[in-house]
Amino acid sequence: MSQPTIAVPTPKRPQSIDRTRLGWPLGFTIAAVVVVVFYGFILPFLVPGVRVWVQDWLPISEINVALIWAMSALGLNIVVGYAGLLDLGYVAFWALGGYTTAWLMSDFGFGGKVNFNIFGSPGAASTGGIHLNVVLVFLAAAAVCALFGVIIGAPTLRLRSDYLALVTLGFGEIIPQIFRNGDPDGLGFNLSNATLGIGPIDSMTFVRINKGEVAVGQMNVFDHVGRFILFSLLTALIIFVSLRLRQGRLGRAWLAIREDELAASAMGVPLMRAKLSAYAVGAIAGGIGGVAYALHLGRMLPDPFTFAVSITLLAMVVLGGMGNVWGVLLGALVISWFNSTGLPQIGDSFNSTFGTNVDFPSFNFLIFGGVLVLMMLFRREGFLPESRTRLVLHEGEAGDTQAEEPEQELVDETTVKSGDVK
Amino acid sequence: MAQSTTAAGTLPRTRLNLSAYGERIAGYTILAAVAVWLGINFIDNPQQFMTASVIGISNGALYALIALGYSLVYGIIELINFAHGDLFMLGTLFSASVVAAAFGLLNEPVAMGPLGWVVFAASLALAAAFCASINVAIEFLAYRRLRHAPKLAPLITAVGMSFILQFIGLKWNHSGQRDQPSVLPQGSISLGGVEIDTSFFVVLAVVVPVLVLMTWIVTKTRAGKAMRATAQDPDAARLMGVNVNRIISFTFAMGGALAGVAGLMYEQVVTTTRYDVGLQLGLIAFTAAVLGGIGSLPGAVLGGVLIGLIQGLNEGVKYGAGQRWTQSVVFSILILMLVFRPAGLLGKATREKV
Repeated sequence: MSQPTIAVPTPKRPQSIDRTRLGWPLGFTIAAVVVVVFYGFILPFLVPGVRVWVQDWLPISEINVALIWAMSALGLNIVVGYAGLLDLGYVAFWALGGYTTAWLMSDFGFGGKVNFNIFGSPGAASTGGIHLNVVLVFLAAAAVCALFGVIIGAPTLRLRSDYLALVTLGFGEIIPQIFRNGDPDGLGFNLSNATLGIGPIDSMTFVRINKGEVAVGQMNVFDHVGRFILFSLLTALIIFVSLRLRQGRLGRAWLAIREDELAASAMGVPLMRAKLSAYAVGAIAGGIGGVAYALHLGRMLPDPFTFAVSITLLAMVVLGGMGNVWGVLLGALVISWFNSTGLPQIGDSFNSTFGTNVDFPSFNFLIFGGVLVLMMLFRREGFLPESRTRLVLHEGEAGDTQAEEPEQELVDETTVKSGDVK
Repeated sequence: MAQSTTAAGTLPRTRLNLSAYGERIAGYTILAAVAVWLGINFIDNPQQFMTASVIGISNGALYALIALGYSLVYGIIELINFAHGDLFMLGTLFSASVVAAAFGLLNEPVAMGPLGWVVFAASLALAAAFCASINVAIEFLAYRRLRHAPKLAPLITAVGMSFILQFIGLKWNHSGQRDQPSVLPQGSISLGGVEIDTSFFVVLAVVVPVLVLMTWIVTKTRAGKAMRATAQDPDAARLMGVNVNRIISFTFAMGGALAGVAGLMYEQVVTTTRYDVGLQLGLIAFTAAVLGGIGSLPGAVLGGVLIGLIQGLNEGVKYGAGQRWTQSVVFSILILMLVFRPAGLLGKATREKV
């Protein structure tokens, strides 16, 4: 009692690291379980009115599509948000992952020349083609996409921002066109059945939840809940990898490159290696998104892989909050829902309420473009910005004149000096 | 060479310096392969080769006009104006409706008589003014506020603007292709076995004077001098009494007018358009601008004609890859160009500022 109480300042525990370790997997699991329980066990037994409303406004198949977008957007976030490498052709990795799935999990088999089955779908044993297990397919697609990420990156990553964007745009147009023209007339051999596409892709052996029943068996095309479990696991994996990489050595190297490439290289960050790894990791995430897309669709068609997809992914990253995993996740889910379900549904209810006949989905371009422009003008950092990005994106707004920039020679000197010390 | 423009070029070279020689050898090998391909095609069927070249140059002249718009804007504010191709698309739609309105007013099909020329000239001026005013408005509304923001922000704004313009095109022309009226004479002239469309001469007769006028404006006039000063250093130009905002608006107006002229010519020659034609042609034209060296005006013209020529040959000659690979060929050129010679054919290598 008599002793004076002195407030000893206790050092604060780094909250953010704790939260990234434990908090989010718990929250993510709870959210996923809630979705699974709701769509697998509760929804089939609800009154028809509510069921139809939910199926109209938040169908589980669209949730799956939104997760596919989220995976790819998180991958793009590593390239654009972390490392600051603008990529306008990200859709190429989506196509590569998807077609890898189609080659390895269907009856395609390159003209009946190849024919084997490794832990694949048991039903497909009698038919030709390659039938790999889905886990192996994921690994193969990740490897293919990482390889292509390095192939695309190696000669081009020394280019500056705008030029890098153009080169990636070029690859993003060429790779889907190869798939689009991949028939004997175009290439001389059958790569992708051209516009006919490859299909059907094998069903997976999986825990099946349908109309409240749980069983192990073949997951059919309409088993959206089973696929939701797989996709949410993959999304969690990509989030985990993003967060952990961010805090590690590589993540800090990317951050340094994003902020100032020259300074980073002068301080000993291996530019090419860091950039290439950003590209490869981003490509792997995009490829996994592509595999998920192929599994969702059940067949592979070349048409969806357009420039608009790359732009939509970029918009998800930018509008959500560049560099921040949660912002990008939010942006991807919201934009994907709005594109697929939200806009037509809002249009329908608007038309039925006011008796009008407005074609709302055709306003997609206007809304999307307008939101992009307005966000860039008034909230450049996105919905859930990373604190550092917010600062950087608003620098130079206070005054017109920028600080005097030192000359090129300065850096050359410092580089030479640091070499001498060694 | 290639390294000098990039940040990596300032690093000390530690490894064995094989890559520079390998790169040079690879570059010359590719050039030699292209030359051999051209030679084989020419010897195989000279008339087909020349016909394909003429079509290619005719397209290339239009690409040059669009590429100039890209180059002007990039040269002055270092922005890849993704909306430029869609501005061109609006130009095609606008000129189509002007020509259609003239058909309606005159109540008769205007063949290539004197009346047709009047309609043509009037719609040329109107299309140029229309696209110029839209481009200036876009700059004023969207890009001006982002002038000092990091590069990503204006780039994404430009993409958003491109979507908005596509929406206008979609509402204007609906989603399909529609036939558009043309006042140009149809038919072709045979010159020593080489078929040349009459539209080819009209395209050249319009594009060449426009390009000459452009060069004159940029190199000889006061506004052109101010433009070049602003492109060098906006702050210094402001200190020297240049009204930077007005000069940038003027640049956008010039780029827009070029897009309008290109739009009219495209509509008259092809006689059909789509709401997404701007995206495709814009990307090709941008490749042309990069090929010539972005920011360099003669480079944009050269690049446009070269891309058009390559595309025409690729589609027209016997050993070409055909139309279905056009986009791939164009983008392969873009990638090779950026890898081997990032500054472009006529561009100057710029040093990365610290």
